[in-house]
Amino acid sequence: MMSTMEDAQPLVQVTGATVRFRSDTALDGVDFRMFAGEVHSLMGENGAGKSTLIKALTGALALDAGEVRLGGEVVRFATPHDAHLAGISTVYQEIDLLPNLTVAENIALGREPRNRVGAIDWAATRRLAHDALAALGLEIDPASVLGTHPLAVQQLVAIARAISTDVKVLVLDEPTSSLDFDEVAELFRVIRELKARGVAILFVSHFLDQVYEICDRITVLRNGRLVGEYLTTELLRIDLVQKMLGRSAAALAERQTFDAPDDDSSVTLSARGVTVLPGIADADVDLVEGEVLGVAGLLGSGRTKLARALTGVDRLEAGIIRIDGQERRLSSPRRALSLGVVYSSENRRTEGLIGELSVLENITLALQAQRGVLRRIRSARQRELAASWVEALDIRPPDLDRPVASLSGGNQQKVLLARLLALSPRVIVLDEPTRGIDVGAKVEIQNLVGELADNGLSVVFISAELEEVLRVGTRVAILQDGRVVDVVPSEGLTTDSLLAMVARSEGDEA
Amino acid sequence: MTSTQTVLTGELRAVTRPHRFMARHASWIPVFAAVGILVAMVVGAQLYFGKFLTPRLVSSILLDNSYLLILAVGMTFVILTGGIDLSVGAVMSFTGMMGASLLRQGLPSSVVAPTMLATGALIGLGVGVLVQYFDVQPFIASLAGMFLARGLGFVVSLNSIKVTDRPILWLQGTRLQAGSGWYITPTGIIALLVVLVGAGLLAYTRFGRTVYAVGGNEQSARLMGLPVARTKLLAYVVSGTCAGLAGVIFTAYTGAAYPLNGIGTELDTIAAVVIGGTLLTGGSGFVVGSMIGVFVYGMIKTIINFLGVDQSWTRITIGALLLLFVVVQRLIVARSARRR
Ligand SMILES: Nc1ncnc2c1ncn2[C@@H]1O[C@H](COP(=O)(O)OP(=O)(O)OP(=O)(O)O)[C@@H](O)[C@H]1O
Ligand SMILES: [Mg+2]
Repeated sequence: MMSTMEDAQPLVQVTGATVRFRSDTALDGVDFRMFAGEVHSLMGENGAGKSTLIKALTGALALDAGEVRLGGEVVRFATPHDAHLAGISTVYQEIDLLPNLTVAENIALGREPRNRVGAIDWAATRRLAHDALAALGLEIDPASVLGTHPLAVQQLVAIARAISTDVKVLVLDEPTSSLDFDEVAELFRVIRELKARGVAILFVSHFLDQVYEICDRITVLRNGRLVGEYLTTELLRIDLVQKMLGRSAAALAERQTFDAPDDDSSVTLSARGVTVLPGIADADVDLVEGEVLGVAGLLGSGRTKLARALTGVDRLEAGIIRIDGQERRLSSPRRALSLGVVYSSENRRTEGLIGELSVLENITLALQAQRGVLRRIRSARQRELAASWVEALDIRPPDLDRPVASLSGGNQQKVLLARLLALSPRVIVLDEPTRGIDVGAKVEIQNLVGELADNGLSVVFISAELEEVLRVGTRVAILQDGRVVDVVPSEGLTTDSLLAMVARSEGDEA
Repeated sequence: MTSTQTVLTGELRAVTRPHRFMARHASWIPVFAAVGILVAMVVGAQLYFGKFLTPRLVSSILLDNSYLLILAVGMTFVILTGGIDLSVGAVMSFTGMMGASLLRQGLPSSVVAPTMLATGALIGLGVGVLVQYFDVQPFIASLAGMFLARGLGFVVSLNSIKVTDRPILWLQGTRLQAGSGWYITPTGIIALLVVLVGAGLLAYTRFGRTVYAVGGNEQSARLMGLPVARTKLLAYVVSGTCAGLAGVIFTAYTGAAYPLNGIGTELDTIAAVVIGGTLLTGGSGFVVGSMIGVFVYGMIKTIINFLGVDQSWTRITIGALLLLFVVVQRLIVARSARRR
């Protein structure tokens, strides 16, 4: 099948694509092609230019040089609307659909079925939406407002929108970043169906497993340049990582082990009977100074709820929280912050970054707010501090004065992390801190968390990736249906045994 | 290294079942609040004055506020996109002046009225172009439109122009009686029709839904492939056209045109729209709500009249209500953000 593709004409052919943002070249003469009936992955580090290529291909950005051919013909899309009309359907990385409209509208907007007099046929629109959602195995009320649903559902709705039309080319930029295993499986089933129908699919993800499972071909970008195009079957993972990072992946492979805290370390934060309904009931958590407590649980087990309850975002309905042995009421995130407890939300995109402000300002914002306007931090000191975090987290490009909106998605996430860490908290609750972050940087962040803990910071590390939880956590709290059912040392656990523990009672009940 | 990224399984369905009514209709709550306030005012006035609510009074509220109702419909479109249109009062006044002067020169009203609407639409288009293509803040762009229209009104004449055209006066003077004191004038019918058309456009056309989309998140709307530029332009055109129509209605209402008419009317309009539950940040609100808002406004004016105190109390009460509503809206938005 592959060999016939080599002879066939590509459905999409991009040649010499160049995009400049003022003086920076984000994309430099990249060639790229896609064939009908294949799943193609675009790989590269954060900031490599993947999203930029996608935007240039789909009319969201203008090319400074180069051309795009669709089915052999040169096309120039002025807007995503034009690309859509030509059969290219896209889910952009930073898309937040429209939270103020219903699920059905978000799927059908711009192509709602209309009746004879030209008015929107709402019943038909909801049916269309229902069918599109059912194709992804999602059963939610199409008439409900999108903003009332969690992130994962919103991401699925965006995908449902993209596949609910007759597409020739489907472009998915990190569509799975908020999804759990089941949803990813559903998505892959749909992708395979579309592929069988001859649709060309572009799939971007930082999850190598997913890429290897679904993709036929991989194009690697690095620093805005093309590294090469490979068949998935002929490219070893280790080589892929090396091509993406431009350096050997060996350094990443070695598993760094972190010191377990001494037995006599004091308990920094202790929670008893924490309840916020619905979501979390009667949860007990003890956090020792200098430890990383991993949290593992299924989607809906209350991972995020627990994080919010521990950090003053949600008010407790019952239970107490002690910090250094003293009972404290965390009535707001601000209050929690004053006690040294901070929360990094899983939804970093909508919570907190101010796009027009510079990296420097975004990092020092909260710090300055914490100290109050009267005790201004000297600007030289601010720069020094921000620069050290930019370096520690390897934010690229390391330019403090660049507006945050102009960073790639993954690098924006790192800026938010830097802001929280700059507050020098005693306890930090990280909810999915490596989501959307590339393989290299992921390991770096994991290591950084370990180092911070070695220096006395207490960390709660929540992730849907069990491997990561095991790698970073010295102990792992198992969440089931909003209860902490067990806390186990991570040593000696494997992802499989952890998975079994996390899923156990669910299986029994069902 | 990150070879086996085990990701967990889970059931989405069980997790995501917000309260069904709230999940569907949360944006109607401010409208219900406006209705509540209206009812409370009526009941309160009824108790205080003994005999307050009569068919005549209700009929006259529609009569006295039909121009405001039309302006509010147009304004709702603009505010829903996240914009604002400060030009409507001046445009209403200018088109009135222009129309009255054309009528005085003997042109038939069948030509003059459409010209007034078209002029309003044109000014709206100008404001829209400034906002969309020159990236001017809606506040500033429509302020420019306001000064332009105000100036043009003075160019037409510095004095009041009396209107004697029969069809125009007919719009106001005809009282279609419906027994026991109920009546409606053609101006009232036109205003209600505008509400109907406006509500229909917003609820049942792609243009209308795109208005909400743009107000929800303009960047997302663009990336979703919606015609954002066209929609924003059209919203201002709708508002301008409504201002032109309000010019016709207001001229009929007062039987004359005067260049100082409608000063501050744009603010009354915005107040009515906001009281009617439309979010100033865009993306949420209804024409029907704006109609309720206009009635609240009219009711306050009437009650103040009944009390026999100075009309400046109207402004004060509106101000207080506005404050209340903006605060309530902030709370609703904050709560729904928190619930996620
Ligand atoms: N609006 C912009 N202005 C200036 N520079 C930009 C802008 N958007 C992107 N860039 C730059 O272009 C480069 C490529 O960014 P892009 O978003 O394509 O990366 P990416 O490969 O999608 O990364 P990620 O995996 O983090 O999503 C980055 O260096 C980024 O800083
Ligand atoms: Mg990207």
